[in-house]
Amino acid sequence: MRVPIGWLAEHVDVPAGTLVEDLDAAFVRLGLEVEEVHRPAEVTGPLVVGRVLGIEELTGFKKPIRYCRVDVGEAEPRGIVCGATNFAVGDAVVVALPGAVLPGGFAIAARTTYDRVSDGMICSVRELGVGEDHAGILVLGDDAPAPGTPAGPVVGLDDVVVELAITPDRGYCLSMRGIARETGTGLALPWRDPGALAAPGWSGEPAWQVTVEDADRCDRFSMIALEGLDPTAPTPWWMRRRLAQSAVRSISLAVDVTNYVMLELGQPMHAFDRDRVRGPIVVRRAREGERLTTLDGADRALSSDDLLITDDSGPIGLAAVMGGASTEIGGGTSAVLLEAAHWEPTGVARTARRHRLPSEAAKRFERGVDPDMTVAALTRAAALLAQYGGARVVGSLVDVDTRGPRPTIALDPARPGRVAGVPYPPERVTELLTAVGCTVDGDGGPLTVTPPTWRPDLTDPADLVEEVVRLAGYDDVPSVLPTAPPGRGLTERQRRRRAVGRALAEFGYVEAPSFPFVGTAALDALGLAGDDPRRQVVLVRNPLSEEEPALRTTLLPGLLAALARNLSRGIRDVALFEHGAVFPGGERSAAPLPGVDRRPDDATLAALLGAVPEQPWHVAVALAGHREPRGWWGAGRPAGWSDAVQAARRVAEAAGVELTVRAGERAPWHPGRCAELLVDGRVVGHAGELHPRVCAALDLPARTAVMELDVDALPPASVPVGPHLSSFPPVFVDLAFVLDAAVPAAAVEESIREAAGDLLEAVRLFDVYTGPQVGEGRRSLAYSLTLRAPDRTLSGEEAAELRQRVVASVEQALQAELRG
Amino acid sequence: MSGANDPYDPKQVAALSPEALDAAVAEAREAFAGAGDLEQLAAVRPAHLGDRAPVLLARRELGALPPAARADAGKRVNAARGAVTEAYEARRAELEAERDARVLAEERVDVTLPWDRLPRGARHPLTTLTDRIADIFVGMGYEVAEGPELEAEWLNFDALNIGRDHPARTMMDTFFVAPEDSGLVLRTHTSPVQARTMLSRTPPIYVVAPGRVYRTDELDATHLPVFHQVEGLAVDRGLTMAHLRGTLDHLARSLFGADAVTRWRPSYFPFTEPSAEFDVWFPEHRDGPRWVEWGGCGMVNPRVLVACGIDPEEYSGFAFGMGIERALQFRSAVGDMRHFAEGDVRFTSAFGVEQ
Repeated sequence: MRVPIGWLAEHVDVPAGTLVEDLDAAFVRLGLEVEEVHRPAEVTGPLVVGRVLGIEELTGFKKPIRYCRVDVGEAEPRGIVCGATNFAVGDAVVVALPGAVLPGGFAIAARTTYDRVSDGMICSVRELGVGEDHAGILVLGDDAPAPGTPAGPVVGLDDVVVELAITPDRGYCLSMRGIARETGTGLALPWRDPGALAAPGWSGEPAWQVTVEDADRCDRFSMIALEGLDPTAPTPWWMRRRLAQSAVRSISLAVDVTNYVMLELGQPMHAFDRDRVRGPIVVRRAREGERLTTLDGADRALSSDDLLITDDSGPIGLAAVMGGASTEIGGGTSAVLLEAAHWEPTGVARTARRHRLPSEAAKRFERGVDPDMTVAALTRAAALLAQYGGARVVGSLVDVDTRGPRPTIALDPARPGRVAGVPYPPERVTELLTAVGCTVDGDGGPLTVTPPTWRPDLTDPADLVEEVVRLAGYDDVPSVLPTAPPGRGLTERQRRRRAVGRALAEFGYVEAPSFPFVGTAALDALGLAGDDPRRQVVLVRNPLSEEEPALRTTLLPGLLAALARNLSRGIRDVALFEHGAVFPGGERSAAPLPGVDRRPDDATLAALLGAVPEQPWHVAVALAGHREPRGWWGAGRPAGWSDAVQAARRVAEAAGVELTVRAGERAPWHPGRCAELLVDGRVVGHAGELHPRVCAALDLPARTAVMELDVDALPPASVPVGPHLSSFPPVFVDLAFVLDAAVPAAAVEESIREAAGDLLEAVRLFDVYTGPQVGEGRRSLAYSLTLRAPDRTLSGEEAAELRQRVVASVEQALQAELRG
Repeated sequence: MSGANDPYDPKQVAALSPEALDAAVAEAREAFAGAGDLEQLAAVRPAHLGDRAPVLLARRELGALPPAARADAGKRVNAARGAVTEAYEARRAELEAERDARVLAEERVDVTLPWDRLPRGARHPLTTLTDRIADIFVGMGYEVAEGPELEAEWLNFDALNIGRDHPARTMMDTFFVAPEDSGLVLRTHTSPVQARTMLSRTPPIYVVAPGRVYRTDELDATHLPVFHQVEGLAVDRGLTMAHLRGTLDHLARSLFGADAVTRWRPSYFPFTEPSAEFDVWFPEHRDGPRWVEWGGCGMVNPRVLVACGIDPEEYSGFAFGMGIERALQFRSAVGDMRHFAEGDVRFTSAFGVEQ
């Protein structure tokens, strides 16, 4: 809502010298967030009101040019060349004299143009920076001050516009009337209600025959008829200026008046061309198959939930949202039906949403309009149309009013204090609620509060509490820290997520969270098969990008995109990680939408929670370039499959679970360089190098390595048991086995562990050799074993025997031979 | 005077004479001083402190003296021997010091050589700041509650008093999920965790719920379609707005320094009544101390308590929520929102593992 301060000052006695900043602070304190303060563009130098004394039409140019004599309050009129034609002799205009500088640094000087000396410039609205209108020059009304008067204040160059963000509960603040009330009561300033207008004694036949069939959604419908409107009458400049300040386009006097009154009183109105309305008006729901062409030219299929204004021809207006084209007032309209009604908010919201028509009228009705304003608005509009368009009201007012009694709210006067934590005496509560406009009854006991008609948002005691605390001032609320009962700290799951993230960060990976939106292209690039479960996605109905309409089922697309982005920015060695939710798709029952007047029953709640899909927490890494950079110590080490697998091991360590690794095969990994990651025999993820085709598809360097693991699939960590620390000396044994190169190292280690039993303290692979010495297709794996007994020094015989057992076991189980 | 290589002669007692001993000592001192390094010193040692060195041979001859003279001569011999030993040790210490100085000088390295051999990782500032805020609340006894990002529409809106046709619902710029009747949305705020918590726990409830949320805003320097909030909820007997203010002030001080404090502006959220937006006084702002907008708060609307099965006559609650990106914007002077979304390692690395 844009609030021109000059307009506001008509209704509120803002003390002289009040700064915009003071008002700004007051608005904020009242809960009206100041979004922006629009100050008019700066104009310096002489800018005056002028009166056109004579016009000479110059010919022989490509466009019409006028040479005007203009009285600017000096002894002699000035000669000014002008390219506009929308004015006549006698009109008051705005003249920038030589020496003036208009917005945008446009300096005015006397100059020769079209063979005449132009001694100044007649300005358009846009040239003055007070609006967009540039179709012609600005013609001031008959009430313009005398020639030579400084024109700045006349055109609003001194008028600041404060733009307020109005929260959805405060519909009445979408009007000058509401803002004036808030400012007046909030700052304790005298103010006048512009809606306090008594209807004149309109008499005669009712303006039109009106029937309201749906009283639930239209509890008041008021209408008057006007005749004798001069369709060519211009909108007065002051009104156009205020509409421009409010960012409303000027269209015609009749339309401008309805918009102006809406801005002033908050009551949206509609003007019908009376001569185009066929028969009685009926307010009813749309029927199946009905259509309506609205003012914006759109032909709309109507829903049976849409509320309509109809005549004998069918729909002539989408109630509360937009009028119809068939009865639109136009250049020849002299008889008008003016409608001001009160519509039920949620129905308006549905229609506006269904037809994607967030009109100014709909916006106000959705947020609540004062139903008392219909007749005041008609009164105000009729007066303006009479004054500026020569229109007169014919017949009497139609006012279909089916409103019920106003609801009341019972309020314990101690409640505001109980909620705020600061006591308010009962008299203060009554005083503040009265200032809001409430009627408050009840002495000493519970209060009976009747909210004002313009505050449909006040329905509960809590709403009244807010009004009391807000008007008394939020600054009155003291600061007291409550004592929460002892908590149990983070859950195991939360601790694990933190541990995983920290472990990877400390291991050299940089966290790169990405948006979880993916498209088919990203899944194709990963080489996922058609039936890969990761292609079963959840689709967003209104995605930001049609290319990425789905939610991720794997972290890899986002992470690889971040990797590529870093590489493209010239960073050559990149190791990234991300952890977060993924969203597996699949068939699912719809989540129920129970009522809110009580807790849903257990079955409904279970259905509700059950309809929300599991969203497992994954962790992934991606790395390219060097894992260890080259440096003065020597060559670097390129990142590769083993880093990805090691990252998985690091995650498992952080999570407190034991990870085993075996060869696997899964997109998007290289089929020969993919590790399957298992915990307790269950596959929890994969790690290794990307398939070369995937690298090519994503324009990533060869050997880019990735790991992805389902953190939520990891079993809970068991509480670690403190090991017994033997103080007896160890025996170190080194063993090298030559075996088929296809035998995984993990199998060798497992065989060693099995054979060595409890006396094996540690085993470590320290060398892998392939080459002529071991033969084609074979390799040598060298292990260092640490043997130690808990209760004695191992004897030479024991150690030798153990060694022999290990050798025999590995040789036998894996067709290995001990390397001499 | 007897030399080191004189043959042993028991009858010869001249070796015990003061002159002979002095000469032996002097000779030893000269020899030690002449040794240029520890090896040379070791080479000359036997001649002066070895078994056949003059002072040790002299000692053997003490037995040949008459008892009366023995004590006197013994003292002299011991003194001489002590003097030689002392001279030796002194020289050895000197030479060792010289050697150490030389060797250590030779082993000097350039300690300014960079050793960035292990790559440096980092956690994202959104993560570390979220953890930090959660920790402050855990320190107050709160627990961390969670909810899914793909959430039931009823929990995201209806349970929070945002009815189907409420303008606040359309203003939320929601991502809806197919099919049309799925009843699911990408949560527009962390507030559905409030509803989940109240539906699954009984008061007293003190929880904080950090998480990722979604709005249909195009990504630009000031807007993110995916961003992070931290939500707080307390439901207990007798909770007031004063408790809410105390909690937010404590958070502000913990995060922004002892001088930080909060200020409220009346506002509107369907799920709180009264509602406020809050600013925090941030003394460390790069453009000087100032108020910065941070989040929204209020007393839990009794309608929300009712929908979640909590008796509003017995219990009251407060709730608050704030943006993590917003906090980083002013706390760490992050100018462009896109930095949060791009995963550029130069941005994230600046924050380290624990910011």
